[in-house]
Amino acid sequence: MDLPEERGPLSAALFDHLRRPADRTPGSDVWSDDVLDRVRSLDPADVIADLDTQLSLWVLYELHYRSFDDVDDDHEWSAAVLFLRGLLEIPFESAIRAECEHLVNHVLANEGDLSGRLFDLTSSFEGPALADYVQRRATRAQIREFLMLRSIYHLKEADPHSWAIPRLTGAAKAGLVELQFDEYGDGHADRVHQDLFRTTLRGAGLDDRYGGYIEVAPAETLAVSNVMSLFGLHRRWRGAAMGHLGAFEATSSIPCRRYAAGLRRAGFDDAVAFYFDEHVEADAVHEQLALRGICGSLVEEHPDLEPDVVLGAVSCLVLEARASTGLLDAWQRGGHLVQPPAERPRLASDDGEAVPA
Amino acid sequence: MTMVSHPTVEVTLCPDGPLLVRGATTVVDDQGSRHSVTRPVVALCRCGSSGSLPWCDGMHKLLQQRDAKRDQDHHNWEEDRDTSREVEP
Repeated sequence: MDLPEERGPLSAALFDHLRRPADRTPGSDVWSDDVLDRVRSLDPADVIADLDTQLSLWVLYELHYRSFDDVDDDHEWSAAVLFLRGLLEIPFESAIRAECEHLVNHVLANEGDLSGRLFDLTSSFEGPALADYVQRRATRAQIREFLMLRSIYHLKEADPHSWAIPRLTGAAKAGLVELQFDEYGDGHADRVHQDLFRTTLRGAGLDDRYGGYIEVAPAETLAVSNVMSLFGLHRRWRGAAMGHLGAFEATSSIPCRRYAAGLRRAGFDDAVAFYFDEHVEADAVHEQLALRGICGSLVEEHPDLEPDVVLGAVSCLVLEARASTGLLDAWQRGGHLVQPPAERPRLASDDGEAVPA
Repeated sequence: MTMVSHPTVEVTLCPDGPLLVRGATTVVDDQGSRHSVTRPVVALCRCGSSGSLPWCDGMHKLLQQRDAKRDQDHHNWEEDRDTSREVEP
């Protein structure tokens, strides 16, 4: 993919720099005072919803994943780029902490073993009922819009958590690799979860290319991926990376069953629903591996990481809820957050009934 | 339920959750149906309510939430009943 369109002065300055050949000399004067002032005065209260900030962070992190065809690979570790990213991470981290603080303290204050408390957290967290809506009410267009937004993460599924592997030891390390082995197809190229989602996108008449919908993703959707990259790419956040993984897996299985049911109700076939069918079973396993095998082991060996693990778990729930709220609000107003492309005309079903909208 | 499997099968019981099984190749359910194991680790349903038997699909969590809510509702009912008794002359 190429760099997306800029969405404000920050992304404009960043993308302009990234399009040029990378210069390995330290880049203390690469960024204008205007850009630096802007970044340094970002209010944490605004950054999760600010598209210019979230897109800039997403592009900065993406240099470590698939990067961009029009960006020199040498930018990945250039001092100038890392400097800017470090500045952006300050208000982003503050925002995450602020959003999560109350619930994190609640979980830390509860008694009982950590995995039990994290299971309770994920079961009791009342996020917006997106899965219910998709199961029972969503139209084909709404479901396709949902898939477009989910593609931002699912096309890189598991990669953000893999960063933590070299940072862990012993049982936690073995547990993470065991889980990720499943995410990456158990040794089978045709079962890699990222690619199962591509099959879903194609079957729904959507673009299956990596980054296909980056141009239309709202800030809150990008923030869902960005928090994973923040935690995965920093050793100091290894606890949070694993807490995030645990909460992610523990809030997947039941919703995926609803998504699969909704897809079928709206007339999508088994090939499209397969990604979600697979995750109903896979994540019933993964939630146990992640919360008991990884988070449990990690905190048993390093009790000082417990607050980070809890922060990671809460941040997963909170940011997902923010992204889902925006989407549900748009649907309940009768509109879209992102307009899906028109579907190619379909044949009416064999019994002559009209195709659902 | 029996399992026909590679000699080194490891079974882990998850508290309030499924049985995790590593190293199995086939699971035979209580009806005698054989289910191929396609993952290195599988979760076998212990609550009986999975829609994907013999595999866990997370249904036990919904049951636990329902039970917790029912217990809370009953507790609230008892508290209301006891409170209303206190104010009677």
